[in-house]
Amino acid sequence: MSTATAPSPQAPRSGADASPPRSGAGVRRSGARRATSLFAHGEPLVWLTAGSLVLALAMIAGLLALVVAQGAASFWPQPVVRVELDGGRVLMGEVTASEDYRPEPSVLDALSPEARVRAREALDTSAGSARRRMLRIGNYELTNEHFAWFSDFQQVPGSESLPEWALVIERRTWGRFYGLPKAWRVDGKVETTDPAEIHERLERERELAEERHERILVLERDEIGELNALQERARLAVRKAELEHGARSPQRAAAEAELALVIASSEARFGELQQQIRELRDVNRSRELVLVTADGIEQALEIGNIVRAYPANRIGSVEALGVYLSRWGEFLADEPRESNSEGGVLPAIFGTVVMTLLMSIAVVPFGVLAALYLREYARSGPVISIVRIAVNNLAGVPSIVFGVFGLGFFCYIVGAGIDDLLFAERLPNPTFGKGGLLWSSLTLALLTLPVVIVATEEALAAVPGSMREGSYACGATKWQTIQRIVLPRAMPGIMTGMILAIARGAGEVAPLMLVGAVKLAPELPIDGNFPFLHPERSFMHLGFHIYDLGFQSQNSEAAKPMVYTTTLLLIGLIVALNLAAIFVRARLRRRFLAGAI
Amino acid sequence: MQHPPVLTPEPGAPSQAPATVYKRAAARGAVFQAIQSGASFATVTHAAVAGEEAVLDIRGFDLWYGASRALWSVAMRVPRGKVTALIGPSGCGKSTLLRSVNRLNDLIDGVRVDGDMLLNGDSIYGSGVDVIELRKRIGMVFQKPNPFPMSIFENVVYSLRIDGERDRRVLEEVCEQSLVGAGLWEEVKDRLQDSALRLSGGQQQRLCIARAIAAEPEVLLLDEPCSALDPIATGRIEDLIEELKGSYSILIVTHNMQQASRTSDYTAFMYLGRLVEYGPTRDIFLNPQLAETEDYVSGRFG
Ligand SMILES: Nc1ncnc2c1ncn2[C@@H]1O[C@H](COP(=O)(O)OP(=O)(O)O)[C@@H](O)[C@H]1O
Ligand SMILES: [Mg+2]
Repeated sequence: MSTATAPSPQAPRSGADASPPRSGAGVRRSGARRATSLFAHGEPLVWLTAGSLVLALAMIAGLLALVVAQGAASFWPQPVVRVELDGGRVLMGEVTASEDYRPEPSVLDALSPEARVRAREALDTSAGSARRRMLRIGNYELTNEHFAWFSDFQQVPGSESLPEWALVIERRTWGRFYGLPKAWRVDGKVETTDPAEIHERLERERELAEERHERILVLERDEIGELNALQERARLAVRKAELEHGARSPQRAAAEAELALVIASSEARFGELQQQIRELRDVNRSRELVLVTADGIEQALEIGNIVRAYPANRIGSVEALGVYLSRWGEFLADEPRESNSEGGVLPAIFGTVVMTLLMSIAVVPFGVLAALYLREYARSGPVISIVRIAVNNLAGVPSIVFGVFGLGFFCYIVGAGIDDLLFAERLPNPTFGKGGLLWSSLTLALLTLPVVIVATEEALAAVPGSMREGSYACGATKWQTIQRIVLPRAMPGIMTGMILAIARGAGEVAPLMLVGAVKLAPELPIDGNFPFLHPERSFMHLGFHIYDLGFQSQNSEAAKPMVYTTTLLLIGLIVALNLAAIFVRARLRRRFLAGAI
Repeated sequence: MQHPPVLTPEPGAPSQAPATVYKRAAARGAVFQAIQSGASFATVTHAAVAGEEAVLDIRGFDLWYGASRALWSVAMRVPRGKVTALIGPSGCGKSTLLRSVNRLNDLIDGVRVDGDMLLNGDSIYGSGVDVIELRKRIGMVFQKPNPFPMSIFENVVYSLRIDGERDRRVLEEVCEQSLVGAGLWEEVKDRLQDSALRLSGGQQQRLCIARAIAAEPEVLLLDEPCSALDPIATGRIEDLIEELKGSYSILIVTHNMQQASRTSDYTAFMYLGRLVEYGPTRDIFLNPQLAETEDYVSGRFG
């Protein structure tokens, strides 16, 4: 790499061409000046720095491109392929993967004689490698698998087709179903067998069924939930009266009577609601779509169980876009189903955002106060240096350690203490004495505290001394100077700290597993029941959701698209939170920093 | 010490020949030599100063930055309602003296002082002096404009704000008066709520002057207020100092001899932490008692 000119003179040249011997060699250089070396210009260093940057950018861009491409594409409807395999098996479904591989010779033994000959020929011409594809075949209740691999040489030649009316059915339970429409049945009576008509009926009825389904959810969750909450509250009142006044106290008797009243009054309403739900369910059950699978098996699907149905090979790009958008809509706005591998991630989005906001609310004031003391009030000395080093090192502690600390300190000590004091009637069921939104936020606040402290200290140090002096010269006290001059001026820098903290905190998963993130949270941490924000509840988190989908799910292949889309969403969410903070910071900058000089 | 004393007397330079006759031509350089050798030395204070009423009376003031001494028994009476200029080579302690008046040097670790100053008869360094209250009686403008990161309006009324003044009418009135006083009103009256940081350098410095006079200080300290400004902005500030003369007692540090001679009534020449000669500006520039002062004001060194 070095193209530098040799610094020392060469060995003395012999011969007559030599220029006159230099007198006093080394005292003064005569003749041409040495050219400035490439190293002196720093040229190689420029290449090195630029190369490092390019490498870093390439890695980041690669990761983002993978996530964006996979995440954005996975909801696009694929055509439904039907193939007949040697041996009589017929597969129908969406191609989800395709790769070349080298089949073992033993694979060919399983083929019929003619097929084996054909396969040998094909393998010979392609130097032993063959293509195999993975089909999402669904129909889990019949096939016991969601996916099936098949190699090209296994196919009956010419058997691959795209059946015109093949329907893709997404269901609330049992995963997808692929089949050809056979009949539309209402109350057991076949109403039509024409595919076009069946599809039309299906479209229309599905909307109605969806409405009924929503209504059932409302009845179950809100109305019955409210009755349950009433009863639970009355039950807790009894327990509380018992704890406070004794088992034989009149207060307990009164609470007992109240409970009986509540139960009696809610019981009638309860029956009424259940009757309504049963009726709605019956209607949803009575309309059935009869399909024939590729293997020729007939299967009837209740309309109430169908989330989405479309003839994949008939739809044009406009309808495909419709399916795509409706899947995104479901993903963003619905709750998960099928153990999270289908449906939406709304609770996880919600949990992530609320947790991150609570974390920011907790960490920023604390970090700023700590940094203020360190930078403005503490006398610099060895103690302060040690504190500063310790704070910086805190940023390097593995995050799971924070999780353990959060569990041990927040949940088991602070939370248990709160339970003993305020929620004794619910024991032994913990209220705050377990993982929850509040403890997660505080744990992450602790985790991101160094980031905020360091950024704030830097911002405070960057406030020009001349401004402080100007303030003191006006007769301001130290606190007035900090409050009116230093903090506003440092605010953009503090916001930078907050942005970094958000970026760090929103993407953190490991500690959350210990202090409150769960696979499936029955209730959102914010709802319509008093006191609306429930910081003790466990919650869902996008980061944890990704881990759960990708590595804890039984059907991880089906969950793969969700992993990508969820990752895309999490990145998008962090970017959005950051953009919001950056926007606020830019406004602050304009207000406090803009201008001449 | 930025300026090693190079004091080769060159009396024969005709182009720079002074208009007056040296009184102590023979002793030229003796004062500087005495200072450098650490010998004791008495400030030459012209008699005219004694006739003025002092708003600020500096009495034998010493200051150390840690172990190094920056001021050596400076004694100086700053007259009321007049402009007093502090001149001297860089690093001679002008800013240090100025910052000692409002005790800004208290903020620097390791500063030690001896002696006292009186502001309208009140001790500045006496025990039990409330520094915050003291600073409210003194206005200061710094070398580099240092507007606060807030609106023009809030900048001007800053000293009232920190006193808890809430009355909008009072604030607006003070703001207008101060900005008019600082010659900035016409330029900014329509954008008082804009950020002060968007003003030009000269405007910012005038804003700082407005901020300093808003509290009606008993003495106004200006530390090279024009050194960061272009000639036009400098001219405006000089005009402004002219206008403020009379209503305010001004102590101004300047590097610029013309500025000192144009704007000030009295001039004090400092060298290596000592006050060398102090008297009416006319006398200092045209008829100094010390040859060293003559050398300095005529630009022969420094
Ligand atoms: N904060 C400080 N700490 C230590 N020495 C200082 C400090 N400020 C000024 N000095 C020293 O005190 C002397 C006087 O400085 P200063 O008052 O700024 O001079 P001037 O304003 O006349 O140029 C100089 O020698 C300078 O190095
Ligand atoms: Mg100075």
